[in-house]
Amino acid sequence: MSASLAARTWLVVPLYNESQVVSEVVAQARKTFPHIVCVDDGSSDDSANEARLGGAVVVKHPINLGQGAALRTGLDYALRQPGADFFVTFDSDGQHSVDDAMSMVKRLSKGDLDIVVGSRFLDNRTKPGFVKVVVLKMAVKFENIMTGVKLTDAHNGLRALSRHAAQVIRIDQNRMAHASEIVAEIGRNKLRYEEMPVHLVYTEYSKSKGQSVWNSVNILSDLFLK
Amino acid sequence: MDSQLWIKILLIAVFVIFAVMLVLPGRGARHLAVRRIALVLVFIAAIAAIVYPEILNSIANLVGVGRGTDLLLYAMVVVLIGNIISTTRRHRQMEREVTQLARALALSEAERSDASPRKRS
Repeated sequence: MSASLAARTWLVVPLYNESQVVSEVVAQARKTFPHIVCVDDGSSDDSANEARLGGAVVVKHPINLGQGAALRTGLDYALRQPGADFFVTFDSDGQHSVDDAMSMVKRLSKGDLDIVVGSRFLDNRTKPGFVKVVVLKMAVKFENIMTGVKLTDAHNGLRALSRHAAQVIRIDQNRMAHASEIVAEIGRNKLRYEEMPVHLVYTEYSKSKGQSVWNSVNILSDLFLK
Repeated sequence: MDSQLWIKILLIAVFVIFAVMLVLPGRGARHLAVRRIALVLVFIAAIAAIVYPEILNSIANLVGVGRGTDLLLYAMVVVLIGNIISTTRRHRQMEREVTQLARALALSEAERSDASPRKRS
């Protein structure tokens, strides 16, 4: 049952300068999900080859366009593949768990939802720093008000999408604001959504890569300025 | 203070309009037209001010600014900021178009390499 579900799923992994870890992350995920597309967003290192070594299909952006564009490209690619029913967005730095992804696909396969969104605040497995908690909570409050979509974790990169959701979600923001934009798109398209607790592993590596608190200012202005 | 009321109202109104322009998604054609009309107005105003410098002074006095040169300075700031906003907007628009182009290219490249048989498994 779960094996056939995995075969109907495409993992969409935006990739930007992660050559240190990506082949391992992909190889690990491939044990569960046979179909993985990595969108190399104009990396200057060997990320694309590393991802291929791990067993992923690689789509290469000729220039760096940002994570939002990479997600959209990955979804577009996966949508064209035969037998693709479920789409999971997954980070390339190894902070997401494959098991969480699988349970989200299982939940989605019941057919009464369009999108399942991961949240690190539904249980206490994840331990982010204090500042991070405050900033993320504020982002969440703001988004609830702006979009009418009630989520507890606005900027979680782990999501499972149905075909319908993968088709209708527009991502215009090249930069980090795409996470907020996806939330807004859930509201605009009236997608049926649900959150699921997920565990994020904050390794030293992912921490060094993670967004700074300052970025929330950039995200806000990106959303408003036309 | 009250003698400067009109210029204050004028300048604040202009900046409020600018702020609204920043947030509202303008359509391409209208934006371009506004840009061109503004350009023509700036030219006309510039030539008028060169030919009849005293007009500048009397307009300045009318709106409560002491000298024509001060009015010129205010006008310059307004035009400059308007130009920056308009340029930024075009820049964003272009960025969006480049994104679409690059994504289409990436997808068609990927499709081509899918079609050709792969050497590596």
